[in-house]
Amino acid sequence: MKKVWLPLLMTGILCLIPYVGVQYGGLGYLFAIIIPCASLVILIAGFAIRMVNWLIRPVPFRIPTTCGQEKSLDWIRQDKLESPSRLSHVVGRVLGEVLFFRSLFRNTKAELYAGPKLVYGSTKWLWLGGMVFHWSLLVIVLRHSKFFFSTVPPFADFLDNADRFFDITLPAFYMTDALVLAAISFLVVRRLRDLKLRLISLPTDFFPLFLILAIVLAGMSMRYVTKINVLPVHDQILTLMDHSFILSGEIGVLFYVHLFLVCVLAIYFPFSKLMHAGGIFLSPTRNLCNNSREKRHSNPWNPDIKFKSYTEYEDAFRDKMKKAGLPVEKE
Amino acid sequence: MSKYVPKLSELKQEFEKKKPALLKEDYSGKEWWDLPVEFRDGNWCFPGKTEVLEDLGFPNPRKWAATDADWQLPDGWEKTIRDGLKSRLKRFRSFKLFLDTCVRCGACADKCHFFLGTGDPKNMPVLRAELIRSVYRNDFPLAEKILKGFSGSRKLTAEVIKEWHLYFNQCTECRRCSVFCPMGIDTAEITMMARELLNLIGVNNNWILAPVSNCNRTGNHLGIEPHTFVQNIESLVEDIEDLTGIKVNPTFNRKGAEILFITPSGDVFGDPGVYTMMGYLLLFHHIGLDYTISTYASEGGNFGMFTSNEMMKKLNAKMYHEAKRLGVKWILGGECGHMWRVVHQYMDTMNGPADFLEEPVSPITGTRFSNAAATKMVHIAEFTADLIHHKKLKLDPKRNDHLLTTFHDSCNVARGMGMFEEPRYVLRSVCNSFHEMAENTIREQTFCCGSGSGLNAEEFMDIRMRGGFPRASAVRQVQETHKVNTLVTICAIDRASLPTLMKYWNPGVSVYGLHELVGNALVMKGEKKRTEDLRESPMTGLGEGEE
Repeated sequence: MKKVWLPLLMTGILCLIPYVGVQYGGLGYLFAIIIPCASLVILIAGFAIRMVNWLIRPVPFRIPTTCGQEKSLDWIRQDKLESPSRLSHVVGRVLGEVLFFRSLFRNTKAELYAGPKLVYGSTKWLWLGGMVFHWSLLVIVLRHSKFFFSTVPPFADFLDNADRFFDITLPAFYMTDALVLAAISFLVVRRLRDLKLRLISLPTDFFPLFLILAIVLAGMSMRYVTKINVLPVHDQILTLMDHSFILSGEIGVLFYVHLFLVCVLAIYFPFSKLMHAGGIFLSPTRNLCNNSREKRHSNPWNPDIKFKSYTEYEDAFRDKMKKAGLPVEKE
Repeated sequence: MSKYVPKLSELKQEFEKKKPALLKEDYSGKEWWDLPVEFRDGNWCFPGKTEVLEDLGFPNPRKWAATDADWQLPDGWEKTIRDGLKSRLKRFRSFKLFLDTCVRCGACADKCHFFLGTGDPKNMPVLRAELIRSVYRNDFPLAEKILKGFSGSRKLTAEVIKEWHLYFNQCTECRRCSVFCPMGIDTAEITMMARELLNLIGVNNNWILAPVSNCNRTGNHLGIEPHTFVQNIESLVEDIEDLTGIKVNPTFNRKGAEILFITPSGDVFGDPGVYTMMGYLLLFHHIGLDYTISTYASEGGNFGMFTSNEMMKKLNAKMYHEAKRLGVKWILGGECGHMWRVVHQYMDTMNGPADFLEEPVSPITGTRFSNAAATKMVHIAEFTADLIHHKKLKLDPKRNDHLLTTFHDSCNVARGMGMFEEPRYVLRSVCNSFHEMAENTIREQTFCCGSGSGLNAEEFMDIRMRGGFPRASAVRQVQETHKVNTLVTICAIDRASLPTLMKYWNPGVSVYGLHELVGNALVMKGEKKRTEDLRESPMTGLGEGEE
């Protein structure tokens, strides 16, 4: 399976690059400062460019997928989320997709039985796996914000404490670490085990999963295994934020691996399927009102098309029309 | 049965072998782009005839067949496709987004009726779109170009065009996959673009282009000229008189009528659509509606939609043009699927604003259809539901007691309009036996008849019967549990295609239009004793003491 080992190999090589570079090449400055700054710029600029690139393209037609009753007669109850007719409904619908993956929640699994007969079972695993994966990542990213302030902001503190709810190990174990590992495993395994998924998967589907897995593993090793001293890291980031690019203190090499992989992810992000994070807000089947009969929607490039006019039609069929007793404009 | 379809026993055996899995073979170790493209009897539609293409001014008219090794593509076809792709990416945000944002999660895979019926992996919506994405990635974004082979990209070759033709004609633009997609990716949008592109190099389908040409010339898909159109409806008027003793009086091309009524031409010409037409005529007579039918705008449907957005606009333009000429106040539309996707989501944008019409108001109930304030076109099911709600119809549902019904939501009306309750309300009011099919097969999750979007061709029967299998399977269950014998729809393509599907999979189930049942149930003033329904089948629900 080239499409599995190729991204796996790539991830492995990517792990080695900072290891060799810092350990043997003494390129700490490059890996701690230049690459992170560059990758951040690429992520932000790339993301913005991709979004703008989508946004400048017109939406010629209003094409929501209607998954519920439209607004019609007064006594028929409209499904405002699934068939929105006002902006507020649309906001609800899009947020439902972004925050709770509502469409994915509908997922079913079709199976063939004797007869032949099709049976549709409810299957929420993909939804659950996706939710755990994305939400854990979000919490982990927000948790990391504590490294960016000299005093930890309250929300990061709160998340940190909540995430360490099961305070039984030292250092305290974060739930999201376990959750994200479980979710990644699930997402990889289903791509390999389900024959349909194996066929549709590309190397670009495995690569981000492996990359994120490597980031998580490197991060966890630092925290739970090598118990890296985070103070120099914290200092490093704070000096960076002060716009003074000086490498201060000793930082473990594992940290460089962790950081470098994050940088790779940031650089890869705007050029890959990961842009679905921005695209989901723009999806025209979800973010438009289903009210095109009520309010006119304009197409900026509406072409001027010559159609067969009634006059041409009558000219072609006048005799036949008269014989059939149809009224005509011209005798 | 058609020679283009395997025997039912053979198909059943095929399903039996692969159950409970859906894929027709074990594909482990294979990549989808290595799978061969195979044209055989029953899986391709005849290409557009030379004279049809010439009439439409479409490129590359020639005699060819999908089974030919050489498709005689025009010189420079690669550039035509590339430029066409670029231009569409520029004009449609939807197209660009849907090519860019797929994460290949696979939620759509087993949602497509063609995949469920064929087990062909390229009928999974995600792979259908990848057929284009793989070429798009090869030609477009720079970074992906660097990572060639990594991102699943490939060259545009004649073989790819064959594959596009095969699989973008195994999609009925039903949008079921888009309901489940977490990104809201709509394969219908991708198929529409693919078909536009294929038409640019003369890779096409006669069953779509012939109706388009007819519609342009005569005003309707079936190519019925004005005098024949009138004769057909007049013969229905006679049938109604024979059955009910009532003489209904439709008018044609009449200026000054309040309402212009437009329905698919299949209702005027095809069995069983004509019975639905009889239902409309009875209903309009019953309420004394001031309406007229046009022989020029005599088509509700729009096969332009399956060709290109320009052709869709061109054919649709006749509706407003005629409404303006006749000076009507608003337009009432008959039962049809894709017609209503066009009217609801495209018409006003393409051919509006219809400021020469008025916001529709029912002349019988006074209800203002503010949901159609801009388009000025009302769906007959909304109109009738409103009449029934205001108790303006004298109905005897017992007259439909011989019909044990279930309701098939038409894809476009369901997922491109969101009309679910109105037809059900009407149906419950005009018959006594109505049972829903399984919940994953109705409403927004409804299954296509397998023949939509211009794929209703005889020579396509194999794929049609497979694609219709999920629908048939759901009907089978209510047939077994509730003795359902009547499949009610509000779509002309359904009325044309579901009878064949039922005959193949579920003998004993007949297909009806909603307003045929309305016509059966209407108690008309001055009618003679009714014993037969509009199909001249005996009504069994009329007990002793009935009038």
